Amino acid sequence: MVAKFKGTCGSGITPLTYAGQDYMVVDRSLIPEILQVLRNEEQFDYCVDITAVHYPKREKQFDVVWVLYSFARNERVRVSTQILDGESLPSSVPIWAGANWLEREVFDMFGIKFDGHPDMKRILLPDGWKGHPLRKDYGILQQDNEWVQINLGIESGQ
Amino acid sequence: MGADQPGDRKRPVKSASKSMTDQNSSLSHLELETPEKPFLDSNELVINMGPQHPATHGVLRVILRLDGEKVLGLECVIGYLHRGVEKIGEHRTYTMFNPYVDRMDYVAAVSNGLGYCETVEKLLNVEAPPRAQHVRVILTELNRIASHQLWLGTHALDIGAITPLFYTFRDREEILKIYEKYCGARLTTHAFRIGGLQYETYTGFEKEVKNFLNFFRPKIDEYEELLTTNRIWVERTKNVGTISAQDCIALGVTGPVLRASGVKWDLRKAQPYANYKNFDFEIPIGQNGDTYDRYLVRMAEMRQSVRIIEQAVDALPEGPIIAKVPKVMKPAAGEVYHSIEAPKGELGYFIVSDGSTQPYRVRVRPPSFVNLQALDLMCRGQLVADVIAVIGTLDIVLGEVDR
Repeated sequence: MVAKFKGTCGSGITPLTYAGQDYMVVDRSLIPEILQVLRNEEQFDYCVDITAVHYPKREKQFDVVWVLYSFARNERVRVSTQILDGESLPSSVPIWAGANWLEREVFDMFGIKFDGHPDMKRILLPDGWKGHPLRKDYGILQQDNEWVQINLGIESGQ
Repeated sequence: MGADQPGDRKRPVKSASKSMTDQNSSLSHLELETPEKPFLDSNELVINMGPQHPATHGVLRVILRLDGEKVLGLECVIGYLHRGVEKIGEHRTYTMFNPYVDRMDYVAAVSNGLGYCETVEKLLNVEAPPRAQHVRVILTELNRIASHQLWLGTHALDIGAITPLFYTFRDREEILKIYEKYCGARLTTHAFRIGGLQYETYTGFEKEVKNFLNFFRPKIDEYEELLTTNRIWVERTKNVGTISAQDCIALGVTGPVLRASGVKWDLRKAQPYANYKNFDFEIPIGQNGDTYDRYLVRMAEMRQSVRIIEQAVDALPEGPIIAKVPKVMKPAAGEVYHSIEAPKGELGYFIVSDGSTQPYRVRVRPPSFVNLQALDLMCRGQLVADVIAVIGTLDIVLGEVDR
């Protein structure tokens, strides 16, 4: 299947296999088209998961990963793409309704925005939270210390 | 009815919604969908349910938009139990993170552990020995029964039947006793290790499991006697919270909820893990996708679990219980997604390794979190009292939703 994509889309797709699992690294510009084709033509009708990985040392800091499954083919595929910090992605809610909360979680944890999402706001953390915790450069103790400094007048809560 | 009246009716809704919720939270989702035709002589009302509510199974907050008793839409506010499990994972070694996963779905801790251990085993390219696989299946299926028992008791209690709760908790105790004897813990068991098991089964383990099965088989009939033909139960659950197979798939809903809508899909059969392919069992499915069917599916699943455990105990092989794994685990750089059929649905782990002793990224794909998205759709057009039934039938655990 990935070979077929390679034929139509050319160098934008790199098919890879690790530990017996197929996945493809796709150019950011091809993402909307690829996801649409996977859903409509390749029968990947179930969006299992959307997540991201942060690599602060890379120029394109984020890997965004879609895990898809097809009931008809009993097959799983992972699509990943690399994006810059601050770059947004098209929302896949119109393709899979279940992507709604998954994309919100990616936004909450990494600060990656999805264009066209019906309700792009934080999901697990409170609305007033500062920063995005799953970024590698997030200071874990920062919130805690800030709170005790303001409310208790001490340097650190640890 | 004058043309300006619908507009007049909308006004109290907006003010109500502002006063009922804190200022920071936006109700955009609810405000977007105003019904085209308002009900005659009715006022829309926004009501807040939870987070401290006995029927939300934890700290789930639901903002309901009601028209009289009818639910027009709802929004879930979650995250009250967020502990940053995924971030913790990045700061622990592979072995150290193992007990943390038990704290997500704390009523099915063994399943969480199985998923995590198998994913890391995939990264390390090791396989647990047959004896370990068998014990894993026995404990995981016992856990499925325990999880379904807890679900049944609390779900029935929410709807108003108190007796099943006493029955199921009485019988669940027997499973917890087996866990306690096996690994010393009852709930957050940490029963499995990467590569197999830490503990050999105790003397008389097989006999005790078999005794439990013989004890438990008639108990399922007992539960069913209480509920299956009980008129109040049937009236409260039939045609309540109906969801079609198509909607389930679009929303990513898995587990008994998907199966009750008629999709014969179970990861134990579709993509067998552990050694489920050696066991003979069926996937129970429903037809209508309502609360009653989901109840029947879970009851049938308990019977199937009994079948699996029986086969596993009978064929329990001798041999080592743990594969050769390095003391300091440093999987080669790479990423793996692996998922198992937890009692609530597909539980997936996506682990990225950078070749060090700690995972670079651990992502948990929790079934409860994704299933909870369907609550809005399932409750629309139902009565307020049915929201309780639907939350119960989704079988969510907030520890897993919020992680």
